[in-house]
Amino acid sequence: MSSMTFDDLKQIMTTAVGEGEAEELVEGRLTVAFTEIGYDSLAVLEIASQIQRQYGLKIPDEAIEEMDSPQAVLDYVNARLAVA
Amino acid sequence: MTASVITGVGVVAPNGPDRESWWQATLDGKSGLDTISRFDASRYPTRVAGEVTGFDPAEHASARLISETDAMTQYAFAAADEALADASLDTDAFADLDLAVITANSSGGVEFGQRELQKLYSEGPQAVGAYMSIAWFYAATTGQLSIRHGMRGPCGVLCSEQAGGLDVLAQARRVLARGTRVVLSGGTDASLSPYGLVCQLSNGRLSERHRPDRAFVPFDREASGYVPGEGGAILVVESLDQARARSAPQVYALIAGYAATFDPRPGSGRPPGLRRAIELALADAGLRPADVDVVLADGHGVPELDRQEAEAINTVFGPGSVPVSVPKTMTGRLYAGGAPLDVAAAVLALRDQIIPPAVNTAADPAHRLDVVTDRPRRAALRTALVLARGYGGFNAAVVLRSA
Amino acid sequence: MTGRAVITGIGVVAPGPTGREPFWEMIVEGRTATRGITLFDPSPFRSRIGAECDFDPEREGLSYQEIRRTDRAGQFALVAAREALADSGFEPDDRNAHRIGVSIGNGVGNAISMEQEYRTVSDNGRQWLVDPSYMKPHLYSYVMSSSLAKEVAWAVCAEGPATVVSSGCCAGIDAVGYAVDLIREGSADVMVAGATDAPIYPITVSCFDTLRASSTSNDDPEHACRPFDRRRNGLVLGEGSAVFVIEELEHARRRGARVYCEVAGYAARANGYHMTGLRPDGREMGEAITAALDEARINPEEIDYCNAHGSGTRQNDRHETAAYKRSLGEHAYRIPVSSIKSMVGHSLGSIGSIEIAASALAIDRGTVPPTANYEERDPECDLDYVPRTAREAELDVVLSVGSGFGGFQSAVVLTSPRRIG
Repeated sequence: MSSMTFDDLKQIMTTAVGEGEAEELVEGRLTVAFTEIGYDSLAVLEIASQIQRQYGLKIPDEAIEEMDSPQAVLDYVNARLAVA
Repeated sequence: MTASVITGVGVVAPNGPDRESWWQATLDGKSGLDTISRFDASRYPTRVAGEVTGFDPAEHASARLISETDAMTQYAFAAADEALADASLDTDAFADLDLAVITANSSGGVEFGQRELQKLYSEGPQAVGAYMSIAWFYAATTGQLSIRHGMRGPCGVLCSEQAGGLDVLAQARRVLARGTRVVLSGGTDASLSPYGLVCQLSNGRLSERHRPDRAFVPFDREASGYVPGEGGAILVVESLDQARARSAPQVYALIAGYAATFDPRPGSGRPPGLRRAIELALADAGLRPADVDVVLADGHGVPELDRQEAEAINTVFGPGSVPVSVPKTMTGRLYAGGAPLDVAAAVLALRDQIIPPAVNTAADPAHRLDVVTDRPRRAALRTALVLARGYGGFNAAVVLRSA
Repeated sequence: MTGRAVITGIGVVAPGPTGREPFWEMIVEGRTATRGITLFDPSPFRSRIGAECDFDPEREGLSYQEIRRTDRAGQFALVAAREALADSGFEPDDRNAHRIGVSIGNGVGNAISMEQEYRTVSDNGRQWLVDPSYMKPHLYSYVMSSSLAKEVAWAVCAEGPATVVSSGCCAGIDAVGYAVDLIREGSADVMVAGATDAPIYPITVSCFDTLRASSTSNDDPEHACRPFDRRRNGLVLGEGSAVFVIEELEHARRRGARVYCEVAGYAARANGYHMTGLRPDGREMGEAITAALDEARINPEEIDYCNAHGSGTRQNDRHETAAYKRSLGEHAYRIPVSSIKSMVGHSLGSIGSIEIAASALAIDRGTVPPTANYEERDPECDLDYVPRTAREAELDVVLSVGSGFGGFQSAVVLTSPRRIG
């Protein structure tokens, strides 16, 4: 996989938290903080671990701290995949 | 010290996914034992189990909670909701520190754990999910129930294999005596993943009969081991005074007596501790053996263990002088969920004045027990004794008495 | 509920050298047992640091059959229980066995054996339908953590009430609290109580990696755990056991036992908030502390030393400092607060008992163990954390606390025999 799309992320977020739990992810609201759309720190860590698993990445702690919104996740993952 | 009483019962069992459907099935002698369907068990010597069927976790918990929990905890979500509704208990009417959760556990969330172990060894450490840390451990159910219902008092978790499900009722009684007002207690278990089953096979006590109606026949001459099951019961425990003051819909029973003992270590030459647990529990309740109207036996299904239990019962009560019920013949042994489910059966027996039967078993006359078999028996019931033994030597007994 | 419960024997298997006295020497000297993990190859992991026990079950006198049927956690508990029993001078026999009970705290069961056996029966994770022909006969004792209580019961000839207390990382305190309850209500005269855990193995290390909760100071493992320090970056996983002989005061007096301390108060509370998160204000831990003091009928001002949970994570140490201020008021600033996790790591269900052992020995020896590696002050953690060097002090009242996943918070108050009268 060379890049992560909106749909890829949406799929991962749904697996991490389940259907219908948090606010549904829409493309126009990607920059809204995870905490505001119903994802707590543990859910974000679960999302990170699913990404590590699916994309074979190792995400360092500093990057996790920066991943405060879905857009931040997409940006980080795609930047890493581009150099990989 | 005011008496502790059970005012709410919630059940998830192999022969019924909720309290009343399980109880009706139990009275009807309808077994939940069947060939394992969750995975292909054909390579295992044990193929019969008591699986919970007709249970949809999504009806009981949010998608988030389902993704971060093992089935053992999902059963507890359902049973706790049912128990609280049964007790008509509005948790918001209490200070959160006055409410507590004390559950028994046995093997943790083995299915969740097996999945994560598989990820670890087939894909590497970075594949292990964040929820592993909170899903599989023994304290997961108490922690989740405490959060879900805002119960912030003295919570706890006890593990004494099957006996732990009675130990937690005693602990509930202790914390109530010190001022906690409501305790959610009992336990639920779900040990039926392939690795979970193999772990259980290793104790050498599982039945290897493949016919669901012949696999688990405690006290029968053909007893050949037990069948594992899943599910359990969650109970609402509070003081009698409070239950009356808030006009609780029902007071099922007083937790009148309890005791726990441990068997002497091998080679001591002394007898097992079950008889002493019964005697101490009766003494704790201030009752005599003749006051006991029904015994819910541990009913292990292993010939020597059946013999030991019959001997303990007969020594205390006299041969054949008290009816013995083994409803777990319809569910298998549920480990941490088993004794709470027997307590549920005991209190509903007191409510309905009827003794649920053991099925598929014909008690060996050599045991000299009056085992209620096949059909329920009407009887005037005021006091029930529930027995539980845990692998390794744990014994516990609880005396339940109509208020 | 009239009985009073006192500790009359202590056994310890902590990271570093085995035994109570080597443990005490190590922590009062401020030496750390944190190091690169040797129990398995940690190279693929984010955190590769552990606080391991230098433990040889044969050298410690376990029989071949005990070694074969027990996990590392059970072996620790057996050695600690025997040391505690010998220390107490209490002799179990056929007449008193039924008055001896067991409560063993534990967090993750027989985790190492469960994982090792899983690898075999699944052919290293290849098979979901694992192969029963590779099953070890003691596997059932591994999956049931209750076997830990069974092993201790056999070792000390206990035939009274026995159980494993498994409230996660508070289990080591809660198992002692449970024992005290049973003694006070008269269900037992003697409880052999404590805790054990041996979690340093890939699955548990992975869990803390995933949560980003463990220290990544992989190039300086000896200084990796820095509780309350501004530069702290996570916990270090530990292992070990501490077991006590706890008995009713009059029972101890009748046989002329030496008393380390009374367990004067204990309380457990839950945060009802989050399985891993803590409210920054420290409310629930503060409530546990206040409830334990109330039970002991002791005022906050009487506390002489606080043996902290101090795991070294950013979240915990801030929360815990806030909890002391909430529950102890200004007195929080006047007393020494130290975390031995800086030296022995966090052994999950066991650490509460190891910390009670440190607290009881602190009273007995008149010495406050330090917080190793503490150097830089964090504005949010502004108490006296006893940096690096132990202090002599007459200690009459010691508080020890714990906090764990599931939202559990526990506190225990120990008092010197001078106060028993």
